[in-house]
Amino acid sequence: MSLSQHLPALQVVLPLISAPLAVLLRRGALAFTIVTAAAWAAFAIAIALWLQVAADGTISYHIGNWQPPWGIEYRIDRLNSFVLVLVAGIAAVVLPYSRASIEREIPRESHYLFYAMLGLCFTGLLGITITGDAFNLFVFLEISSLSTYVLIALGRDRRALTASYQYLIMGSIGATFIVIAIGLLYLMTGTLNLADMASKLSAIKSTRPVLAALAFFTVGVSLKAAIFPLHQWLPNAYTYASSAVSALLAATATKVTLYALIRFYFTIFGETMVFKSLPLPEIMLVLSLFAMFVANFVAIFQSNLKRLFAYSSVGQIGYITLGLSFDSVSGLSASIMHLFNHGVAKGAIFLFIGAIVANLTSRSGMPPAPTFERLAGLARQMPLTCFGVVIGGLSLIGVPGTAGFITKWYLILAAVEQGQWWVVGAILLSSLLAVAYVWRFVEVAWFRAPPAGSTLRGEASWALLIPAYALLGATLWFGFDTSFTLGSALAAAHQLMPFSR
Amino acid sequence: MNANHLILAILLLPLGGALAMVLAGRWPNLRETVTVLTAVLLFGGVIQLLDPVLGGLRPELELLAPIPGLPIAFRVEPLGMIFALIASGLWIVNSLYSIGYMRKNNEAHQTRFYVCFALAIGAALGIAFSANLLTLFLFYEVLTLITYPLVTHSGTEQARKGGRVYLAILMGTSMLFLLPAIVYTWHAAGTTDFRPGGILPADLAPATVAVLLALFMFGIGKAALMPFHRWLPAAMVAPTPVSALLHAVAVVKAGVFSVLKVVVYVFGLDILAGTTDWLIGISCFTIIAASVVALNADNLKRRLAYSTVSQLSYIVLGAAVLAPLSVVGAALHIAAHAFGKITLFFAAGSIYTAAHKTEVSQLDGIGREMPWTMCAFTVGALSLIGIPPFVGFLSKWYLMSGALAAERYGVAAVILVSTLLNVAYFLPIIHRAFFRPARDDAHHHSGHGEAPLPMVIAIVLTASATLVAFIFPDIFLNLARGVAQGGAS
Repeated sequence: MSLSQHLPALQVVLPLISAPLAVLLRRGALAFTIVTAAAWAAFAIAIALWLQVAADGTISYHIGNWQPPWGIEYRIDRLNSFVLVLVAGIAAVVLPYSRASIEREIPRESHYLFYAMLGLCFTGLLGITITGDAFNLFVFLEISSLSTYVLIALGRDRRALTASYQYLIMGSIGATFIVIAIGLLYLMTGTLNLADMASKLSAIKSTRPVLAALAFFTVGVSLKAAIFPLHQWLPNAYTYASSAVSALLAATATKVTLYALIRFYFTIFGETMVFKSLPLPEIMLVLSLFAMFVANFVAIFQSNLKRLFAYSSVGQIGYITLGLSFDSVSGLSASIMHLFNHGVAKGAIFLFIGAIVANLTSRSGMPPAPTFERLAGLARQMPLTCFGVVIGGLSLIGVPGTAGFITKWYLILAAVEQGQWWVVGAILLSSLLAVAYVWRFVEVAWFRAPPAGSTLRGEASWALLIPAYALLGATLWFGFDTSFTLGSALAAAHQLMPFSR
Repeated sequence: MNANHLILAILLLPLGGALAMVLAGRWPNLRETVTVLTAVLLFGGVIQLLDPVLGGLRPELELLAPIPGLPIAFRVEPLGMIFALIASGLWIVNSLYSIGYMRKNNEAHQTRFYVCFALAIGAALGIAFSANLLTLFLFYEVLTLITYPLVTHSGTEQARKGGRVYLAILMGTSMLFLLPAIVYTWHAAGTTDFRPGGILPADLAPATVAVLLALFMFGIGKAALMPFHRWLPAAMVAPTPVSALLHAVAVVKAGVFSVLKVVVYVFGLDILAGTTDWLIGISCFTIIAASVVALNADNLKRRLAYSTVSQLSYIVLGAAVLAPLSVVGAALHIAAHAFGKITLFFAAGSIYTAAHKTEVSQLDGIGREMPWTMCAFTVGALSLIGIPPFVGFLSKWYLMSGALAAERYGVAAVILVSTLLNVAYFLPIIHRAFFRPARDDAHHHSGHGEAPLPMVIAIVLTASATLVAFIFPDIFLNLARGVAQGGAS
């Protein structure tokens, strides 16, 4: 058997091995090299898998050659091959960035632990995405969650500990709900393989345990994915985590859980059960609108830049769930595409904020919060960084020429197709809220005079700027050439909703 | 090089020029040379397209398609040609003027200024050549964003506030109204291409057509139709070269250009019949109301800004009347107003530069200090009033003929009344400048003379253009007739 046939296993195994190796080596630089190499390899594998799926269709890989449904199956179709590229790509960018960014943010003696946890975190995320086994999915969810708790707690700011604890409690409740849902499904079908489960469920769809499983799963995932109003943990977690971790979480963690939601809704429960026989679309529509307006509105009044963009994430997740609620190919494509488009744009923004934080931090001191008082007149010192934040912000607004615009177009199209003009208005109005919070930053950075005794030291180092601009470039690139993003999303949507046009 | 490659070259040239300006930023002389050179090359490129377009060719260029079936594409047709000619041609003159203005007034961040300026012109040409609504929308938004640093150039509190109004209205209207209109057009017609005779299906309900038209007309905030006109006076906080080329020519013309494009090539004059009465009403109201505000504005730039708001609605009105002659008038007025209004803004900037005066009431006797400037101002004003032998007469003539041909006598009356209002707000300035004695007190000092030479040259050039375009109107007239033919299917 050639190596290329084992790519699905290697996708997870390589990062998984890198984590204990990093701990064994105990040296920051070596640990960095190992985990970064694993991340880059994972990225290459994800691209190879995407190409393979695009060319030859769904891949089914049997771990240890155990036939499903008894063994664990890795099943890669258009949807998760696309998400894999996002997760691995973000990891491949964030890792080189993290070396320069954690220099001042995390005590040197725990650097190797940081890299090990980072490796475990994206192992977990990749695992959730690639697996075709319900229990395996839960295991990877826990791997990524536990490592995330540690990563957040590693921040020097002591409030990171409470943020991490808050996330731990909420995340554990969410995980419990998810495992209950999986248990109920196992009870009813006697299988953990997702494909097998789907075929067995079709006969017993409206039984009470299955409905209960749907409810438990939805609530559990809503907690993990920070779907309004279960988003309370997110702003603190993003705000107090170190810069690289904020970027990784913002770009991938919630996106992967949303992937799991789409997977369970469309592949296992089935579109008709979730959207046609239950009032779920209505509930989802209302909650999405709340997220889009409340979270974006709250974002405008934040004084901490990280917290501002954290609330913006809650609002953007609202767009993703809004797309689902339309129950149409256009809407679903918009959702799937926005996983990627928002991940890349928000990742870039948090990387730029990391560059600002690094600049504010003195060599021995604690990283100060990037509040607007400290950012006054920042554009004079860091024009490239500030420019980057604004361009990333334009994608959040959905200005044409950025990836965010493509999503917005499809969201509006989905609403127009159903004649829901008031939803069109809501989407557009909420995007104007994004103009408000992005321009708040513009006015502070460009028009206010720098505070007295500013400790800023010029532009950020290239080690931070290059990864950030790489993601920013992707945001612009996918605003014009959408053959990868839109192509994947449309193909995935058609695969998930084969009976719609 | 064939015409299709030429389009690409024209669009990339301002980008390349901007890059070169960044690199040359430390050497002002080199940087300004690059600016003028880019402008000249750009105009040369646009001129190259003129013959093919007049000859009936429609050079095309298609780039990537961000949405399947909906590419970023360009197609040069007569209306775009008019817009591109005036935007690129006046950029040369304006660059000359900017050099004098920015140096004499010791403005900061001059590199940023020239770079954003070049990119704004590039975006305006993108709008001019766009082949579909998506491309138009892309460059429309880019133009808004790239002119924001120019509007807020001074960085003062007033600039920040002006920038807020500017961005809020232009972004707000385009996002809230224009974008859904475009998406709906795509949904209903399956295309957003600009095609002679329009693209909307003929069986669209009249109510839908009316709502869609409203979304487009108010969505194109750059056309400054009331009540979404306030961004234009707010933008006057910018340095005067910006007000002159961008907020009398490139940006506002991008607005009315888009209005004409949408009316002629998306709706087509046929499908709109009977649905434009409200639009005629609003544009007439804008014409009169803005003129009245201009009448009472003492600040010279503010008076000119409201005059622009009023004049822009002539073009919207010409489109709304739906008569081929009025469409010719509207297309022609894009050029006519550009030449006249840029001259007036140049004069305002020269007065500020030489005499540090900004209010109309301070201008007593300034004609003797600055004869060239004020003569040019007079020429520009006469052209805008619509007096021969200046080009403003021609466009008003066609607008009037169109209104009469369509038997819309109310519209003709509004044009007449507004002409009187034009006289009322321009003549007092000329009267003060030439016929009142100069006052000598703390705010008024004499002996400042003319503004720097490049500025005087620029203003004389644009003033002469109003005359030349009257004597040789064929180019613009032929292009404008081409537009009107495109309207009927």
